[in-house]
Amino acid sequence: MKNGVGVAQNVVLFGGTSEIGQAIIHKLVKPGVSHVVLVSRNIDAAVNQVSDIADKFPDLDIHHVRFDADDAASMVHVVAEIVEEIGDLDVAVIAQGLLQEGVDYYANPAALLPVSDVNFTGTMVLMYALAARMKTQGYGKMVLLSSVAGERVRKGNPVYGATKAGIDGFALALDHELAGTGVSILVVRPGFVTTKMTSGMDKAPFSTDAESVATAVAQALSSSRSILWVPGILQYMFFVLKNLPIAIWRKLPL
Amino acid sequence: MTSQRLSGWGRTAWTVADLIHTTDPDAIRSAVQSAGERGVISRGLGRSYGAAAQNAGGTVLELTAENDPMGIDADFDPLTGLLTVASSVSIDAILRMCVPQGWFIPVTPGTRFVTVGGAIASDVHGKNHHVDGSFGQHVRSITLMLSSGEIIELSCELNPAWFWATVGGMGLTGVILRATVAMLKIESSKVEVETMRLENFDAVCQAMSSDGTDDDYRYSVCWVDLLATGSSMGRGVLTRGNHASAKSVESNDPLAYDPRLNVSAPAWVPNGLLNKWSIKAFNEAWYRKAPAKNHVGLESIPAFFHPLDGVNRWNRLYGKQGFIQYQFIVPLDRTDVLRRVIEKFSAAGVASFLAVLKRMGPQNDAPMSFPTEGWTLTLDMAAGIQGLAELLAEVDSLVLDAGGRHYLAKDSHVSSHAVRRGYPRLDEWMGVQEQMDPLGVWRSDLSRRLNLIDHRRSL
Repeated sequence: MKNGVGVAQNVVLFGGTSEIGQAIIHKLVKPGVSHVVLVSRNIDAAVNQVSDIADKFPDLDIHHVRFDADDAASMVHVVAEIVEEIGDLDVAVIAQGLLQEGVDYYANPAALLPVSDVNFTGTMVLMYALAARMKTQGYGKMVLLSSVAGERVRKGNPVYGATKAGIDGFALALDHELAGTGVSILVVRPGFVTTKMTSGMDKAPFSTDAESVATAVAQALSSSRSILWVPGILQYMFFVLKNLPIAIWRKLPL
Repeated sequence: MTSQRLSGWGRTAWTVADLIHTTDPDAIRSAVQSAGERGVISRGLGRSYGAAAQNAGGTVLELTAENDPMGIDADFDPLTGLLTVASSVSIDAILRMCVPQGWFIPVTPGTRFVTVGGAIASDVHGKNHHVDGSFGQHVRSITLMLSSGEIIELSCELNPAWFWATVGGMGLTGVILRATVAMLKIESSKVEVETMRLENFDAVCQAMSSDGTDDDYRYSVCWVDLLATGSSMGRGVLTRGNHASAKSVESNDPLAYDPRLNVSAPAWVPNGLLNKWSIKAFNEAWYRKAPAKNHVGLESIPAFFHPLDGVNRWNRLYGKQGFIQYQFIVPLDRTDVLRRVIEKFSAAGVASFLAVLKRMGPQNDAPMSFPTEGWTLTLDMAAGIQGLAELLAEVDSLVLDAGGRHYLAKDSHVSSHAVRRGYPRLDEWMGVQEQMDPLGVWRSDLSRRLNLIDHRRSL
């Protein structure tokens, strides 16, 4: 649970090498945190990224758990393994994500399966497993890294957008379902974030960086909000974009 | 049984538990026996500031008896002053019953809205600690339900280890059902109070030191202005008193007692109403309000002991973000640490509406009881202050390095490492706790954060 000054004791990052996830962990680790768990495919990479935290907080226990983000069925066991290791999961940051660029889905439609397994199916299984555990704890917070790409799915990469649209809608409904249990979900909708995942891509307007997303998330966690746009202006931009008649929408150079 | 969000008096760190309101031993036993793996904790009037009386995902037994149509469940002998009372009864109810008969509660914290069960579990102290010790020292016996469902009698003669593990045991040894308390004889319901303005922190420590006149007063506490800087740093208003004699009250009913609530804080107060500037203005007024020359006068019990109880639900004054109360103690010779702590908070611009300093007397036999001989400083602050976790961690280190510790009834942030440094007898207490509760049924959010019991013990 959180302590009186808003510090969660046990924090878990799914997608342990995600830059945004790492930035969030760096914001959440303060005096009072007991355990940090990094869940990733590549343990060594995740270890390297938190060595500074380990130096700064000698009393903090840092754990590593391996998972395959596209193995949806394994998520239940992954959650059980973490509970076995640290007890309560207070804040779970769900940051695993797969963005394929330049894949010809017409030539190879099955290539989209990992995208949907990581971004959508696996994340749903994971969130149910987390919700079940957190309900028995009477407390818990999930932070889902969604994307504005799901707000109105556009051509160019409909697969990525559709998985984000799906998981975003799922998370909001799950949050609604969990009302009164002490468990809640923060859905984060960043715009274009400059990270290794997006390196080489053209920057979109109102782009942001991992640090800004993390700062906004840390702040939002001390409030009761369930949707967070980064930067905040995107909320208004997408309100307009989302409601444009389709004829106009399709003419936009997006 | 209802699923309910609960917090402590500080209104931070809310969690959801199954809340069962009962004082019936059979109902308590069946709730305990049907508890799940998240365990059970007792709750009284919810005046502990942090997470001591909440149990995320588990069961919380609410043992309160306010407005009980059957009246107060108590047996009082006005000849001996021995009061045997249900744990759910509040000090408020006890005072209403006993003060007109010429008896006072031997120890009262700053609020009278605490239950007897809570007073024992937290081993509360008051303005008379330097003379009378803490609440547990006035408890003659405790009726306790163990997690097995068995009901046992505890006293410091019969089974001292179990008795003293329950005193200050934060509800983790069993459900306190009843207790016998030795009350204090009084002649009037008034306190003869001396009020003294002290211009800086040295003067405060000097006036309260044990080689001064402090021991002539049963009650002594000093309000400290944490925002005053420069040569006035740590200035304060010391109030000390003794129960007034019947003669000095000059009334035909010297024991008349009439506590009443004056106003209520509204449910919605914006965050930040209590800020550095509003508190600075309040502090200035409060300091100036105290007479420049020492002044002696009569005060009522509520005015002297429970001033904040005059504002119903004053905890809402900090707004939705809630607040924390930071109370620690350091040995008598470490006033340097008090000073550094005050400087740290002051430098960080942390405003405290309520900062009080008290010199405490010797420690009792309870391993987890907070008071030890030394200085205790209590201050409250808004929970939403930026960087508070880091600031408190620094202050915690100063306190622990000086051999001090934190009061668990107030605590909402210290780590399990901090409690181990501050309470060297914790291991001993955990051993007794495990004898009394082998399956580890008693659990709270506090016990989880501080690892007060081994949570891997299976239920």
